Amino acid sequence: MVEITPANIQLWSKLGSCGAYGQATLTLPNISDKIVVLTADLCSFSGLERFKNKYPERFFNIGISEQNMLGIAAGLAKEGFIPFASTYATFASMRCADQIKVCMSYMKLGVKLVGLTSGFSVGILGATHISLEDLAVMRSLPNITILSPADCLSVVKAVQAAAQIEGPVYIRLSGTMNNPIVYHKDFDFKIGKAITLQEGTDICIIATGSMVFTSLRVAEILKKYKLTTKVVDMHTIRPLDTSTIKEACKSKLIVTIEEHSKIGGLGSAVAETLSLEEKKPPHLILGADSFYAHAGDYNYLLQTYGLTTEQIVEQILNKMEKK
Amino acid sequence: MKKIDVNLMRKDIIKMGYASGSTGAHFGGGLSLVEIMAVLYGKIMNFNKENPTDEKRDRLILSKGHGIMAQYAALKQLGLLSANDLLTFKNNNSFLPAHPSMNPKLGIEFSSGSLGQGLSLGVGTAIALRQKGNINSRVFVILGDGECDEGTIWEAAMSAAHYKLNNLIAIIDRNHLQYDGNTEDIMPLNDLEFKWKAFGWKTIKCDGHNQEELIQTLSSQYEQPLVIIANTIKGKGISFMENKPQWHNGVLTKSMYEIALTELEK
Repeated sequence: MVEITPANIQLWSKLGSCGAYGQATLTLPNISDKIVVLTADLCSFSGLERFKNKYPERFFNIGISEQNMLGIAAGLAKEGFIPFASTYATFASMRCADQIKVCMSYMKLGVKLVGLTSGFSVGILGATHISLEDLAVMRSLPNITILSPADCLSVVKAVQAAAQIEGPVYIRLSGTMNNPIVYHKDFDFKIGKAITLQEGTDICIIATGSMVFTSLRVAEILKKYKLTTKVVDMHTIRPLDTSTIKEACKSKLIVTIEEHSKIGGLGSAVAETLSLEEKKPPHLILGADSFYAHAGDYNYLLQTYGLTTEQIVEQILNKMEKK
Repeated sequence: MKKIDVNLMRKDIIKMGYASGSTGAHFGGGLSLVEIMAVLYGKIMNFNKENPTDEKRDRLILSKGHGIMAQYAALKQLGLLSANDLLTFKNNNSFLPAHPSMNPKLGIEFSSGSLGQGLSLGVGTAIALRQKGNINSRVFVILGDGECDEGTIWEAAMSAAHYKLNNLIAIIDRNHLQYDGNTEDIMPLNDLEFKWKAFGWKTIKCDGHNQEELIQTLSSQYEQPLVIIANTIKGKGISFMENKPQWHNGVLTKSMYEIALTELEK
């Protein structure tokens, strides 16, 4: 049994979100005997070797055929199983987009689709493997719960939460190996309920995935400028916690940060909610601008898209000065 | 099992397609499926209309969703649909749309219409039945021949053979026509039998309008998944529709409608 202990939290952090997903799957058969796990030739990459060895009859490697994997998972879901299917986020969300639309969105079949390495973490492999569009794709498709955990413990919690709800779920995994730890102990992960990590009155940062930890560091630096910052972990993109967003209107500036395109992701979702509010502060949307950078490592790409801690601080200060 | 009258099925297809009015209906690919549907519902499938969600039922997946009029016509003869229900075909908000919409009460297992997805769903269903220990139910997937242009069909075919799914049967409605013309002109399928065999399937060709042949081939059991390449005629039974690509989706005028029904009376 994989348990939430300080040692395991450290281990999962070292493994990164893919490895944490693999560890999380080991806990699922205790939740339901209907769990099955599918991969498209990314068994070892997704840390699924242990699951495969422990539960060979529940494990299906479909080969390099993501669309087929989605359809097979949907068939299994229809017959009462709880299938977790994973591949690179970019292929999960776009190679399979039509299958997701028909099977998960239209028929509401309970496939739990896991998008590995979203954002920049495999950026060295180039634009084909970077996933900056998956939230936009999934948000445009109805009926799918969308989760975007902040760290590796959150990955485990999100996977377990997904297994316990009916219906389709997309889980977006971001960050690299040695993923920084946001949650040092067990916590209440409730789908659709954002978590306020710290309070502040000047700025409210609403972040998702890997950018949650970055936001905590940003908030720390902003203290030096006598600015207090509220930091929110928006781990569920749908259903969106609109009350937390409305609450953020009390601050002087709302900042959304995501390792995703500025179009269609968290920033857009928050803006859609804010647009209906009469009294609201300016909203700074930070994320990837709409272009493909040259292949490069994680830090190179964060820099290219203006998402390092220092760059974010600078953009926030600029915005505050102009107010 | 109730014997299904194929002539009545064709009349019902003409009636529901005519009732759908000026938007037309997929007559060609519905008419080519009539005997296949009649044999599945009348002779082969374990499907109890009193309990359409029975775990022990055989599952039917119409991957070529545009052939749905043949399924509706068969379901009418089983008593699950009325003549009036059929006349709502393609109406706004009708539960009988132009492409199947998942409906457990009718035994319509999945929504379809986006070609190339049904065989993967069939593979998943067949694996699930095996996992559950349901060794008696079979999964039938009806594919169009033009649909075999889709790469996902071949992804699914490979996986079905890999998992040795002998509870999975694909039936290809080999009418040689797709939307834009002859399958061999648009994107040649060439030797389909050879291809499926190479993908690890037991492959049988038969006359898709000969019920005895269909019954015989669909009754056999093998160690691997089975594909039946059912040679058919698109628009079968209506002289002016047979082998005419324009009747993939066509509009019946009143005089055509009367001619069609007269032909079916003979």
